[in-house]
Amino acid sequence: MTHLDDRFEHHSDKPDGVSAEVATTDEVRIRTPSKICGMGHRMKRKEDPRFIQGQGRYVDDVVLPGMLYLDIVRSPYAHAKIKSIDASEALATPGVVAVITGKDLEAAGGLHWMPTLMSDTQMVLPTEKVVYYAQEVAAVVATSRYAAADGIEKVFVDYEPLDPVVDPFEAMKDETIVRDDKEKKTNHIWHWEAGDKTATDQVFGDAAQVVRQKMYIPRIHVASIETCGMVAHMDKVTGKLLVYMTSQAPHAHRTVFALVSGLPEQKIQVISPDIGGGFGGKVPVYPGYVCTIVASIVTCKPIKWIEDRSENLQADSFARDYHIDAEMALDAGGKITGLRVETLSDCGAADAAANPSKFPAGMYSICTGSYDIQAAHVAVDGVYTTKPPGGVAYRCSFRVTEAVHMIERMASIAAHERGEDPADFRLRNFIRSDQFPYRSPTGWQYDSGNYKAALQKAMDMIGYHELRREQAEKRAKVELMGIGISSFTEVVGAGPSKDYDILGIKMFDSAEIRIHPTGKAIARFGTKSQGQGHETTYAQILAEELGLPAEDIQVEEGDTDTAPYGLGTYASRSTPTAGAAGAMAARKIKAKAKKIAAHLLEVGEDDLEWNVDRFQVKGAPDKSKTIQDIAFAAYTNHPQGMEAGLEAVDYYDPPNLTFPFGSYIAVVDIDAGTGEVKVRRFVAIDDCGNIINPMIVEGQIHGGLTQGLAPALFEEIVYDENGQNLTGTLADYLVPTAVESPKWETGHTVTPSPHHPLGAKGVGESPTVGAPPAIANAVVDALWHLGVRHLDIPITPEKVWAALRGARA
Amino acid sequence: MSKRMITVDLNGEATTREVEDRTLLVHFIREDAGLKGTHIGCDTTSCGACTVLLDGRAIKSCTMFAVQADGKQVETIEGVAKDGALHPLQEGFWEKHGLQCGYCTPGMILSAKHLLEKNPDPTEDEIRWGISGNLCRCTGYNKIVEAIQYAAKKSKAQDEEAAE
Amino acid sequence: MIPGAFTYHSPRTLEEAMALLGNLGDDAKILAGGQSLIPAMRFRLAMPEHLIDLGGLDGLAYVREDAGFLRIGAMTREADLEAATVVQQRYSLLADTAHVIADPLVRNLATVGGNLAHADPANDHPATMLAYAAEVEARSPTGSRTIKIDDFFTGLFENALEPGEILTEIRIPAPQPGAGGAYRKLERKVGDYAVSAAAVQLRVQGGRVSAARIGLTNVSPVPLRATGAEQAILGQAITDDCLAAAARAASEECDPSPDLRGSVAYKRDITGVMVRRAIEKAAARAGGAS
Repeated sequence: MTHLDDRFEHHSDKPDGVSAEVATTDEVRIRTPSKICGMGHRMKRKEDPRFIQGQGRYVDDVVLPGMLYLDIVRSPYAHAKIKSIDASEALATPGVVAVITGKDLEAAGGLHWMPTLMSDTQMVLPTEKVVYYAQEVAAVVATSRYAAADGIEKVFVDYEPLDPVVDPFEAMKDETIVRDDKEKKTNHIWHWEAGDKTATDQVFGDAAQVVRQKMYIPRIHVASIETCGMVAHMDKVTGKLLVYMTSQAPHAHRTVFALVSGLPEQKIQVISPDIGGGFGGKVPVYPGYVCTIVASIVTCKPIKWIEDRSENLQADSFARDYHIDAEMALDAGGKITGLRVETLSDCGAADAAANPSKFPAGMYSICTGSYDIQAAHVAVDGVYTTKPPGGVAYRCSFRVTEAVHMIERMASIAAHERGEDPADFRLRNFIRSDQFPYRSPTGWQYDSGNYKAALQKAMDMIGYHELRREQAEKRAKVELMGIGISSFTEVVGAGPSKDYDILGIKMFDSAEIRIHPTGKAIARFGTKSQGQGHETTYAQILAEELGLPAEDIQVEEGDTDTAPYGLGTYASRSTPTAGAAGAMAARKIKAKAKKIAAHLLEVGEDDLEWNVDRFQVKGAPDKSKTIQDIAFAAYTNHPQGMEAGLEAVDYYDPPNLTFPFGSYIAVVDIDAGTGEVKVRRFVAIDDCGNIINPMIVEGQIHGGLTQGLAPALFEEIVYDENGQNLTGTLADYLVPTAVESPKWETGHTVTPSPHHPLGAKGVGESPTVGAPPAIANAVVDALWHLGVRHLDIPITPEKVWAALRGARA
Repeated sequence: MSKRMITVDLNGEATTREVEDRTLLVHFIREDAGLKGTHIGCDTTSCGACTVLLDGRAIKSCTMFAVQADGKQVETIEGVAKDGALHPLQEGFWEKHGLQCGYCTPGMILSAKHLLEKNPDPTEDEIRWGISGNLCRCTGYNKIVEAIQYAAKKSKAQDEEAAE
Repeated sequence: MIPGAFTYHSPRTLEEAMALLGNLGDDAKILAGGQSLIPAMRFRLAMPEHLIDLGGLDGLAYVREDAGFLRIGAMTREADLEAATVVQQRYSLLADTAHVIADPLVRNLATVGGNLAHADPANDHPATMLAYAAEVEARSPTGSRTIKIDDFFTGLFENALEPGEILTEIRIPAPQPGAGGAYRKLERKVGDYAVSAAAVQLRVQGGRVSAARIGLTNVSPVPLRATGAEQAILGQAITDDCLAAAARAASEECDPSPDLRGSVAYKRDITGVMVRRAIEKAAARAGGAS
């Protein structure tokens, strides 16, 4: 067992060429007894008692006196001029109090447009035209939810339809301009590149084999079971705007509201209470939120807006929508030498992606993946279409799902083209564990990894070679069975201030810990759990650091009046940033505690050593002071000249991102008659570094796997040629049930992060990233011998059926 | 606007309110009776977050009018624990980490409650089939199944103990 | 999400229900399980001014064998149909069907009568009742009449009930010796409507199919009997060839519309596959009890 916080100091990149191999173990590191319950314990969650008794507090549970309700009129057209809006019948509907249009927002001070997280602009409510189906057109405020619903039926909008812009390649031709509010009349938003084009072209010129494949990763939706919503209350007397909001990043939202509304920031309080799933979908600022705040300012009443599921699916938080053209260069021995990728990113009607500002394509250039590749070049273009704006990092790091899908499909295609086993191909091409920290050809500094160990473990666990034998037997009997591998590297924990910011705000995160006289603590963080279990995991981190039982540590997040500033929870950043901040704040407290202990024990600090929950005198362990003794003394008997109290704040600027990784293997059986794909087994080996709570990690993995299975086989947002959303309800947007979702089998390896104070990496999203290509690879593996080379996800039964027919033809 | 008084036995308490004829049962529970533990997750009867027990049967309370429940018994998540003691299902969900964000959890627990009352010793496939009307996005269902298995085992042990 | 306003009526007797229906006419709709009607009302696709709830009526929910028929009260909940011992033991096609209607929660409220009266070709019972040669009882203030299932579905969402008539009972002829039935449904996920489904009820005597009726789900505007497929197996022993012929016939005689569940070509082919598999299963069961 290694104590990483002793061995590796917290500093940034190791010099190139100096290998710092980090050992991989199978062990979950536990260094505290169960009464302290530090890292590694399967602690039952502290937040559960309220949820299992129906006492959670979600935004729709908030009721304020005199509260009114807001509902939204939405466009039935993807692209249309607005000739007029007649709200007279709506205003005459019983219960309706007000109707807000774009013109009203414009008159209120240019509030009809708002900035996006990528420094584009997006309409709050239109004055000229609409640019996506289900776009917000007007807001109705009424005395009840039911009256508001009646009211929206009575707002009559006269539209003049315009040509929709649905195909992004067509959009690039600029025949119909989506954003004529822009100075430059073009649908092309941005162009972005990474890597070395010259070196890459050279490598392709020399290649023995080039594998090329186009692939489309369609739009999907986070579809958290709780939709988005807000209760806003502008109190005219105090001048304070109180906002309850389904927000994954309450501080960032508060700052955005201050900048947009002109209200002073200390007069805005955003409370993100219990959130029913986020997955990235509760990061953007949606027009409904702005309408709700404005409605409260206008009516001087609390206003509640809770979107319907169909509104949520049709207008909010799409993810993915990448059209990829990828090429892989190989030498004669099957070693990957180069990667060349061109991609078109369908952004919808505004570039509202939730990416760090310098990264319009997120971290897509991680796409050389787990492989040691000499040269790579990636180019991405963003384009406007008449679809909802976005996209979000849906249970993944920014654009990493697309990157991993591409490289893992390419690896399997290359292996099959060479007639070799996809596992052997990967083992040959993996970055070796002695190559870490590894600088990738697109500039990433991977912190640690042991890809071979993870893949071997997955192969052992699933019985890989027996399965290949079974497959051969089945093939002889014309039965279709496939085995697919995905060996992914994720990149999470955005991010170091040098490169990362959201709208200019650096992506540090924070923790503030205060220990009370009786040895209990309250700890507040700048992140915001939406089910990830921070009330438990952060308590475990602090229990480990401070020796206070996790039970005695109250963790709070989400109230911008009390929590220190943070950038929120998404893209698996919480443990890498706020978890680290918690550890660092705890260490500041421990430094002060040591001084107090020395004072109490009447020894020098150098005579003391820490032992789980106390400072003891070296060589005389019975002379000790527990953290509780020290806490009490901090208020009653602290040294002369020292401030009372025992607390600390830390804002943690991560020196690097962290690189969780894993290997997944899927086994599928295909019904040749119907094309149905059944996942028979799925083994997931994940490495997220040191594990805080293995039970919570398992839960995260299972959930991410189901959210990876979903786009692989079921989910897709579909538009018709008019830009109308055909999958706008859960009847057609196919979220898997417990029947479609297989019994996931999981395991782990532990390769700590050398730069993170806890050696931890973050885990919530690896499976959403790693699972789709494992399943896609398995299906193609089952059909390769019939001439099927690639199928775009979702691999529906009809796609398989059509591929089989094509193969028979 | 047609309205009437209805009385629903809500977790053992006679609850009388005036409702519109079109008031959905889930809104009666949440707004008129103020019990927020039953949740709304969709508008096409697809997600099951609104599941309650109506005269002992698990139903989606978003697809029923409150007036239809007049004179009937409704059990919500708030009524599952008895005399301050958690039901084996609630215990199971806690022990086995069968929840993350908690939003689908009340519906899931009530669905499972009805399932176990009809079938006290279900196989894994029967459990998955039995909760196929309840969507979860966070957990991937593995640990929900384990939670229900825990509850089945515990209830069986409790029944055997009571019988002795 | 929120329905339009309406007036709710909760009659205590069938006579009261029929009187209300007579008075209110086209402005009223019957509320049975509500699992199709209420979702439509929430999207304001249906906006009846009056709802007549049959849920308060006694004596309309039962499942029993009687005088050569399985008699099902129109207000029988699908879950109760699924759980009925007589159905599980002697009416396998019906048991198969009840098991895959929507999801378990919806089945606790949805009714057999509602499923049929909706006359939606996407529902599962129409094809099943066609396969069973079922009949329904329609009550009106003037009396009652029997409608054969072959005459019941008259158009898309249209049935043969006259204004003022209420469907009260569904009757399935009790199986003869050598009978077997099965329902095979392809759905995109649990709870969905069928991509295509086939209901087969047949009788095997002396190793040959002496009677067969096949109903198809969601591949035509009106619930359809696959008479071509029936002809392909009548009088035959169940062989690969006659199964293939039945599948081909069913593919050709159905009339699916393309949608998110599939293209026309796919649905036709799947119809053939479902028919084939349902016949195989029905025949295997015919070897046993039902």
